[in-house]
Formats: sequence, C-alpha cells, structure tokens
Amino acid sequence: MALEVVVRTRRAGRARASAVCLTLAVLCFAVLCVSLALGDVTIPVFDVVATLFGGGDAGAGYIVTELRLPRGLVAVLAGAAFGLSGAIFQSLTRNSLASPDIIGITAGASAAAVVALLVFNVRGAGVSLAALAGALGSAAVIYAVAWRGGVSGYRFVLSGVAMAAMLTSVVSYCLTRVEVHLARDALAWLTGSLNAKSWDTATTLGIGVAILAPAALVAGRWLTALQVGDDLARVQGVHVERARLGLLAVAVALAAVATAAVGPVAFVAFVAGPIARRLAGGGGPGLVPAALVGALVMTAADVVGQHAIAGTQFPVGVVTAIIGGPYLLWLLVITNRVGRGD
Amino acid sequence: MAAPERTTAPPNGRLAFGLVTLAVVLAVVSVVSIAVGARSVGLGVVLDVVGGNGSGSSDHQVVAARLPRLFAGLLVGAGLGLAGAVMQGVTRNPLADPGLFGVNAGAAFAVVAAISWFGVDEPLRYVWFAFAGAAVVGAAVYAVGSMGGGGATPVKITLAGAAVNAVLLSVTTAVLLTDSATFNQHRFWTVGSIAGRRGDLVAQLAPFLLAGVVLALVAGRLLNVLALGDDVARGLGQRVGSARALAGAATILLCGAATAIAGPISFVGLLVPHVARRITGPDQRWILPYSMLLAPVLLLGSDVLGRVVAPPGEIQVGVVLAFVGAPFLMVLLRNRKLREL
Repeated sequence: MALEVVVRTRRAGRARASAVCLTLAVLCFAVLCVSLALGDVTIPVFDVVATLFGGGDAGAGYIVTELRLPRGLVAVLAGAAFGLSGAIFQSLTRNSLASPDIIGITAGASAAAVVALLVFNVRGAGVSLAALAGALGSAAVIYAVAWRGGVSGYRFVLSGVAMAAMLTSVVSYCLTRVEVHLARDALAWLTGSLNAKSWDTATTLGIGVAILAPAALVAGRWLTALQVGDDLARVQGVHVERARLGLLAVAVALAAVATAAVGPVAFVAFVAGPIARRLAGGGGPGLVPAALVGALVMTAADVVGQHAIAGTQFPVGVVTAIIGGPYLLWLLVITNRVGRGD
Repeated sequence: MAAPERTTAPPNGRLAFGLVTLAVVLAVVSVVSIAVGARSVGLGVVLDVVGGNGSGSSDHQVVAARLPRLFAGLLVGAGLGLAGAVMQGVTRNPLADPGLFGVNAGAAFAVVAAISWFGVDEPLRYVWFAFAGAAVVGAAVYAVGSMGGGGATPVKITLAGAAVNAVLLSVTTAVLLTDSATFNQHRFWTVGSIAGRRGDLVAQLAPFLLAGVVLALVAGRLLNVLALGDDVARGLGQRVGSARALAGAATILLCGAATAIAGPISFVGLLVPHVARRITGPDQRWILPYSMLLAPVLLLGSDVLGRVVAPPGEIQVGVVLAFVGAPFLMVLLRNRKLREL
C-alpha cells in the first residue's frame, strides 16, 4: 500500500520532469529559430526551420547557417554550460547563492582575461585561453584554501567570496592603468557578448560541452547522494571527498569553457538552477532542466538585446544583468525565508 | 594556530597606555606617509611644515600638496575601522565588514547614479546619495540575511552581501558601457584610492565623519549590553531597538562619507576590529577607540606600500587592502568557529 503510493508519486514526478524538459527543449528551439530569423534581412521562420533540416533556398541557407547559426549555437551551448555549472554548485553547497558568478570562479576568468588583454595585449583565442586558465586556477586556489581535512560547503563559498573580492580589485587596477579606449574594450569583454561568434568558437565550445555535459550528468548521481548529507552518502557507498572534488571539477570546467567563449555573462548560472527546480519539482538537482533553462535564458536574452529596441543593440550580458539582478534579490528573500540559506 | 581569544580584559591602565602608544604610532605613520612618494622629502622638512614654519621652498610645497591625502587617509581609515567594529558588535557577526556586506558598494553605486544620471557632482550634494545608498543596501542585506531559520548567520549575510555586490557591479557596468565619459572617471574612483583627493572635498565631508565617530564611540556601552543577547539586554533595561538604530546611524554616516571620499574600500572594517579585540578583550568601549586608531595605521601603511612597490606608478590603496584583507579572511575562516562571537 505505502509502497504503491511511493511508486506512484515517483512516477508522477518523473512524468512531470520529462514533460518540463520536453517543453523547455521545444521553447529553446523556437527561440533559436526566432533568433535565426531576425536581423538585417528577415527570413520567415518556416524557411529557417526548413534550412536547418537541409531544405530551403541557397541565399537564406547561407545567411542562416553561415552568419547566424554560430551565434545561436554559441548562445545555446554557453547557456547550457552555465546552467549546468550553476546547478551543480548550488546543490553541492546546498545554497542557491553559491553560483560561479558569486564565489570567484568567473572573477578568476575575468581577471586573467583582463590581464591578458591589457597587460600582454593578447587578442582573440588567447583571451579565451587566459579566461579558461584563470577560472581553473582560481577554483584550485579556493579549493586548496578551503581544504581542512575535507571541504565544507560554507568554507568553500566564503573563501570564494574573498577570492572574488581580490580578483575584482585586480580588474579595477588594470582598468586604471591603460588608455580609456582599451579599458572600454576590456569592459565590453567583462560584460559578456555574443557578437562576432564564428564557427570556430561554436566548434570549440561544442567539443567542450560534448565532453563535460555527459560527465556532469553521470556525476549527478553522486549529487543526489550528497544532498542528503555526508554521513548518509557514505552509507550508500559514496566516497564523499572524491565525489565532491569530481563534481567541483566538472562544474568549474563547464563555467570556465563557457566564460572563455562568451565572457562572464552575468547571472545565467545563477538563475538556471532555481528556475529549473521550481518548474520540474522534486528534490533532485535537476541537471537536465537546469541546462535547458540556461540555454533558453541565454538565447532569449540575446534576442531581446539585439532586437527589442530598434537601432540599439545591447550585449547579452547587459540584458541578463538587468533581468538577473532583481530576480537574484527576490530569490534571496525567498531562499532565506524558507530556511534553505544554510 | 591562532592564540585563544581573550576572555578577560587587561587592566584599564595598560589599555590606556596602549592607546597612547597607538596614537604615537599613527603620528609616525602619518609623517612617513607625507615624506614617502615619487619625490621623497626629509622628515625634518615635514616636521617644519607641521610646526607651522612653512616657507615657499619646493619641498614645502610637496608637503602641502600631500596633506589632503593624509587627512583623507586618516578620516577614511578611522571611519571604516569604526564602522566595521560597530557592525561586528551589533550583528554579533565576526565577518561583518562594510565592504563585504555591500554597504560601500551601495554608497558607490548611489554616487555613480548621482553623477551619471542626475548630474550631481558637488560632494556636499552627492554625499546624501551615498548615505541613502549605504542605508538602503545595508538594511536590505541585513534584512535578507537574517530571514529564515538560524537568524543572521555569518554565511547568509556574507553571501547576501556578495550577491548584492554582484548585482550592483553588473548594473553599473551596463550603465558605463554606454557612457564613456562617466566610465573614465568611474574607473579611477571605484578602485578605492585616497590619491588626488582635493582638500576642500575632504574638509566638506569631515563633519559627517566626525559625527559618525562620536555616535559610534557613544554606542560602545550599548554594544556591550547587546553582546549579552537581546533578551538579557532587555532584562537589563536596554532599549534594543534604539541601540540598534544608533549603531546603524553611525555606520551609515561613517561608510557613506568614507566611500564618498575614497570610493569603495573593503576589508579595513573586517580586519581591524579582530586585531583590536585580540589586544583589548571583549569590552566594546576599548575595541572601538583601538579600531579607530588602528584602521588609519593600516590604511596609510597600505597607501605608502602601494606607492613604493611599483615605481614610477602606484597601486591604489583599495587594491593593496584587498590583497592584505582577502588572505586574512581566508585564515579567519580556517581558524575560528564562525558561529561564535
């Protein structure tokens, strides 16, 4: 009897999660198609879809696949990577505020990229490499600093906050040392933008996500075990420290790859997890919905930034900051009120 | 390993002597901060000018030009140190710091908004924006951080502060992307520095800081009572609400005016009260004056360090302090049981 209820509830939960994932995927594809349709030359959405499935005429095909698709794909992939990374961090630390934006991971990427841009005059792919190295390096330092016979969630998070403060001051310092037009270039990178993304970026990012996303989903099993507490996870046969290190590594790598491609786009990692949890319900970490929400937020924000105000184009990071900021404040209130803020 | 926290205070005579010693140290650091720089000046000349024998020689002019920076450092340091001590006392939270809690960022954002959107560039007028920003953001962070089970734990408030910082930072960045002229001013200000501050700006904001200092020092006795917990404080006849309001007003005056002068500076308010507490024990009536004198020593010392390490340029004091303060916070996280204070 009781078992039946449990089984039925679980089945209902799983059905809901699947439905949510499907809806999100469809929405995401729809927004992607809209983003491919809009531009200097507007192409009917049906033609866009036809082109994507191999049909359509050659002129529209060139515009869609060569000019607009890289940007759209980068948005989807980077959004998904940010979403996954944020959801893993948040579940791991059991705190909705602990996204890579806030605990120093993206700050590491920013500081390294700004140093590369302004001090060493690096451009292009070199900046992405620097950002990648910066994110991984700052995460390693935070982990080492927070280590004390194991890493507790709050010590990792607060060490990250300290690290972020230090790295932000590096960025500020670098911005005061150069001509104003160079500083503005750096500021544009710091905002995060999808402008001028080619197939190169899309391919590199695609390879990164193709390796890391399955790893994240596999490691998600441990996440569910860790969520109930270290002791219970040990009972289930999970090697707690090793699992945590593995999850952190995957999450950091995802954030690093995405930041390297598009810059530190604000708050996508932060909002994806909580929205996904609320939509999909259930107590699990919900990594797949989080990835889809991340992709959706990123693509939609870019469409808004490009086309909402005629004649003015905002980088995607401005839009996510303006939407994400108030949402973050609201979430802060809700999170702490229900007592999940640790 | 850290030395155990003092639970008994040293005798008052020794603490008073320590305070006098600290004042002497501060005086020495002040003189050094005038003497050291791109062009170093002999200590004798500095003492000459301070003694009122200023003649027209170029060395004397150098000293006169550096005086506003010294006063800015003294006022900002004392303000941030006291604000940190008051915040740590009233929230009973060892991680309280005007920078980490977003108070300075709130003041900074309000000043940017005042300059960029409302065209207010008079210090005497934009300081009110700074106060408002500090008050709103400080209150919001504290309110958000203290909701839910367990009250205002250090972790919750610090994260709330970091999150609010992130929001303000990205909104400010978004504003600055479209406004090159404001960005050009802002980048030199947001790094946190006491260089190149005009004497009249410092003089105009000094009364606010002095008022904050008086309020904060008066609050010492109240903080002692609050440290016993709200229930005991009420039982002793203390009005908890009004004590908190007094402490809050002091914090806002101190942080708002300090940020209006120097830009957002973190970690002074975190670090200094911990050092002060190590020396004095738990009595707030001693912690506060010690913090007030220790903080300018730290600030001016960091400023001198920033001038010396990278000639011919200089590293702003806000950056130096971040590199001193962040490792300190990390050590603090390892060595203390955070929920105790």
